[in-house]
Formats: sequence, C-alpha cells, structure tokens
Amino acid sequence: MKDVSIKELKNIATDLRMKVVDMVWKAQSGHPGGSLSAAEFVTACYFKYMNVDPKNPNWADRDRFVLSKGHVCPIQYAALGTLGYFPIETLDTLRKEGSPLQGHPSMVKCPGIDISTGSLGQGLACAVGMALAGKMDKKDYMVYCAVGDGEAQEGEIWEAANTAHKYGLDNLVVFVDWNNLQIDGTCDEVMPNGDLGKKFEAFGWENIVVEDGNDMEQMCAAMDKALASKNGKPKCLYCKTVKGKGVSYMENSCAWHGIAPNDAEREQAINELKAQIIA
Amino acid sequence: MSDMMKNIATRDGFGDEIVALGKENKNILVVDCDIGKSCKSTKFIHELPDQHINVGIAEQNGAGVAAGLATCGKIPFVVTYAAFGSMRMCEMIRQEICYTNLNVKIACSHGGVTPANDGASHQAIEDMGILRTIPKMSVIMPADYNSARKLVRAAAETYGPMYLRFTRDAIPQIYDESVEFTIGKAHLVQDGKDVAIIANGDTVRLAIEAAKELAAKGVSAKVLDMHTIKPLDVEAVADCVNNIGKIITVEDHNILNGLGSAVCEVVAEMGKGKVKRIGIQDQFGESAPYERLLAKNGVTVENIVKTALEL
Repeated sequence: MKDVSIKELKNIATDLRMKVVDMVWKAQSGHPGGSLSAAEFVTACYFKYMNVDPKNPNWADRDRFVLSKGHVCPIQYAALGTLGYFPIETLDTLRKEGSPLQGHPSMVKCPGIDISTGSLGQGLACAVGMALAGKMDKKDYMVYCAVGDGEAQEGEIWEAANTAHKYGLDNLVVFVDWNNLQIDGTCDEVMPNGDLGKKFEAFGWENIVVEDGNDMEQMCAAMDKALASKNGKPKCLYCKTVKGKGVSYMENSCAWHGIAPNDAEREQAINELKAQIIA
Repeated sequence: MSDMMKNIATRDGFGDEIVALGKENKNILVVDCDIGKSCKSTKFIHELPDQHINVGIAEQNGAGVAAGLATCGKIPFVVTYAAFGSMRMCEMIRQEICYTNLNVKIACSHGGVTPANDGASHQAIEDMGILRTIPKMSVIMPADYNSARKLVRAAAETYGPMYLRFTRDAIPQIYDESVEFTIGKAHLVQDGKDVAIIANGDTVRLAIEAAKELAAKGVSAKVLDMHTIKPLDVEAVADCVNNIGKIITVEDHNILNGLGSAVCEVVAEMGKGKVKRIGIQDQFGESAPYERLLAKNGVTVENIVKTALEL
C-alpha cells in the first residue's frame, strides 16, 4: 500500500477524468460515462492499494485488476499511462489502428491488462480463477474486479459468485459500479437489478455498501475494511456512483454511455474538471 | 501395459493420462463441471484433490475460471461433455481463452453421437466445426485409448488453447504404446494407392476395417488418422491428392465444417482430386444405440467400401 493522502487521490482521480475526456475526444469514439463513474475505485486501487510494478507488468506476485466492464477501459488506460506502463502519449492512440489501447482491453496488446475483457459478464470468472491460483500457490496477492450494475444481468456473474464463495476467496474484491444506467435506459427500466449488494451477500459474500462511490474518503474506508477482513469471504463493494461524474452534462445521462464529446463539449468538460482540482 | 485385446474408450485414455501428468506437474489442473465421473476425471479427483476444482453445473464460468488460472501459470483442463464444452462455453472460449491465447485445454468426453441414448441434446455433432473457426484454437480427436494418452500428453506439453474430443464407448485399440503422435501431423495407419480414407476418432477403426474389405476386392486403400483437424496436416492431404486423387473422409461429426470440410478446403484450392464425405448428414440424432445412429448417417464399413468402389 502506498502512502498517499485523500487529497492527492482526489486530484489524481480528477486528472484521470480529464485524460478520459481527452482520449475519447481524440478518438471520437469510446465510453466516457462509465469511465467517469469508475474513477474513484480505479484511482484508489492503482495509486494506493495495489502492489504492482509498471516496469514488470507480468510480475507473478502482483495484485490483479480485472475490468469486467471492459468498455470503460479509458479510465484504466489513463491510470496505466500515468503510472508508466506505457508512454503517456500512447493515450492519444485510443481505438486507433495499431494501438495497444484497443476499444476494449486486450492483455496481448497492452501491458498492465491482466485479462482481456469487453464481452460483458465474463471478467469476474477470470478474476475468480486468478484468486483461486493465489490460494493454491499460497500467495498473498489481491484480485480486484469491476463489474457494472447492468453487467450483473449476465448469468455468468452469479456462477462466478458461487465459485468465489465455495473456495473462500477473501483475496477477491469486486466493485459493483452502481450507476443505475445502461444503454437502453435506467437499469430499473431495462431489467431491475434489485439490491445487488444483498444479492452478493446471499451468495455468501461480504457486502460493503459505499453510499457515495465517487467520494474518495468513503471509497478508501471501504477498501480498508475489505482488506482487513480475512474471514474467508469474497468482498463486494457496492458503490453508489454517478455515471458521467464530474462533467455536468454527462452526469446521470444514458446518452453519454458511448459517445464522444465535440470540441466545445470537450472544452467545457476540461474546464469543469480543472475547477475540481484541489490546491 | 494395457491389454491390446480389450475394448476401452478414449475418455479413459484422458482419465489415465491426466493423472500421470498431474503427478509430474502440479500446475496441471482439472476444472470439472459436475460430470467428472462420466468424463473420467474421478481418478484425478481422488489422487490429486489439491489440483482439482469443481465449478458445478456452470460451464461458462468454468471456462472463465480456467482462463484466470492460466494467466497465473496454471495449465487447466476444463472437463465436460463435448456439446457443452463447445457450445455452452463457446463465447467464453473465444473471448477469454483464444483471444487471450491462454494455455487452457478444453477436454470433452461424449463427442459425436456416442451419448447415444441421451438423445440429440447431448450428442455433439457441431463442436469441432464451431471451434476450428476460432483463431488460435487447435482441435483434436484421438482414435483409441493409447493415442488419446499420447495426445493428451502432447496437449499438456504444447502451449496454447486446445479442444480435445473423446468418446464414451469402449472401442477396439488400434495402436500399441510405442506409437508416437504429433499434434497437427496425420498418422499413417496404412499406405495404399487406389483410394485414401481419411478418418478421425472412433471412425478410424471403421476405415481400417473398410480397407481390409477393399483389399479383398483388389482395391488398395491408404488410411490416415487425422486426429488433428486444426491445424490440419495440409501436406498429408495434398499427398493424397497428388498420389491417389480419390479421398473419402469419415467422421462422427456433421459433414459440415468438420474433418470432411477441412479436407475439401485443401482439395478445392488445389483444383484437382475427388472427395466424398461420410459423416452425420446435417441432421439431429435421437435416442438410439450408437451403432444405429452411425448407420442412419451412413457411417459404416459397408458404406465406406461402397463409396470407395463408386469413386
């Protein structure tokens, strides 16, 4: 764990948000909304909690991060680029031919991606496999996995949840990005999820509700709790978030799931985010 | 030493060899989906419990868990029936095992129409075709117990995603333990000059019997065991085209997109030679004895002989 203040983490999250906006703007393609809602847990993981070495991305004892909701990879790429997994200029190549930064994350093309994702519902099972390997080899690395609330409509998520419980994977932490929006509308309209935290709890997981998943203090408190709890249970951090968080016109808007800002929108977004930097 | 006179299923070859491999290398794992008993991972479960995972009746998750394990240096064999290991798991195999080029083996019993009495739901006639379409995937079907053991070992020792298809029924043994098999290289069972019979899996023994009957009629048949349909041994097929010109393919799989199709692709691009495909006639099976289901599709010694004489 790195010694970094909440204030620093907040500023990093804001910086990553600006990078997301710029990447998607330059690519004129990508998924800004979910990237912005995920900024706090991605920042907390990569810049405080995860034991990783950007110069040795395949280090066997590293902590892992599986972005099961792979379409929000701009936020992960922003974190990886900032940490030096690849030159920061690479962020400008998102979704371009020949780029390691594919539209959805590819472990064979991009250093720091622990498994390829993009087809929803599949990442959690892979994270379970990684956590299981850690238990088998008696290693103490952690596996983090981000699952969208809409994504939890996929049945494989619950198959994987069963397996994590059966094998007592308390080295696995799942963030449920509870922004209540998916492509065709709100989750409540498209397919009501009910209380996903309680659902994981019913599958034998420890459910830690993060009332404001875009509040860094709450996020870190939840992480501290999850990591301290070696009770044989996998952890679900049920994070209430705002899709598009930090950019006024993107917040809580379905429309900003998978479209890019134009020049004026980009400028407004960057200005709004700059104003959020804490001196 | 196995008794060469005894009939034994290819799934038993998997079940025995995976135990030997697991004892040699603790990174070799079995990921079961609740049908280990039928798929012959029972010995592995008893002898190597720490290398065994059972995900329950959740094949898609089994594929994903295996992918995650493989990223950590494990060599997981995911074990289920061919119908589920190909079709239920299909997209997970594509996304998390092949696109990622991970060292995961999908090892399935009950390939083809061998789950005979179970009916069409459990019979896998499309599996090899579906999986050979996915980049990075190798597709393998051994013809008897000993070749199953050799090919399971080769699969464990060769990096990359692979689909191994075994069958349920005890069948005659063809090869003794000294015969070696290489993934992607056809095995010449016997040479011949008038017609080439290219078969895989349980149907190799039918090809051998047909060749004997043809010999009695004065027709010299070459028999190739094409245990790997991807990567296909193109050179071996081209050799049949150039030196014989007449090919019959035999398989317990839909004639669409399996061994017959793979051979036809080579022959068509060469622009010469004739091929007849014997296999499941693009129709679903039913509950019936294995031999009856094969017979209903013309997968018989009699039909191989007839087709050879007509070609």
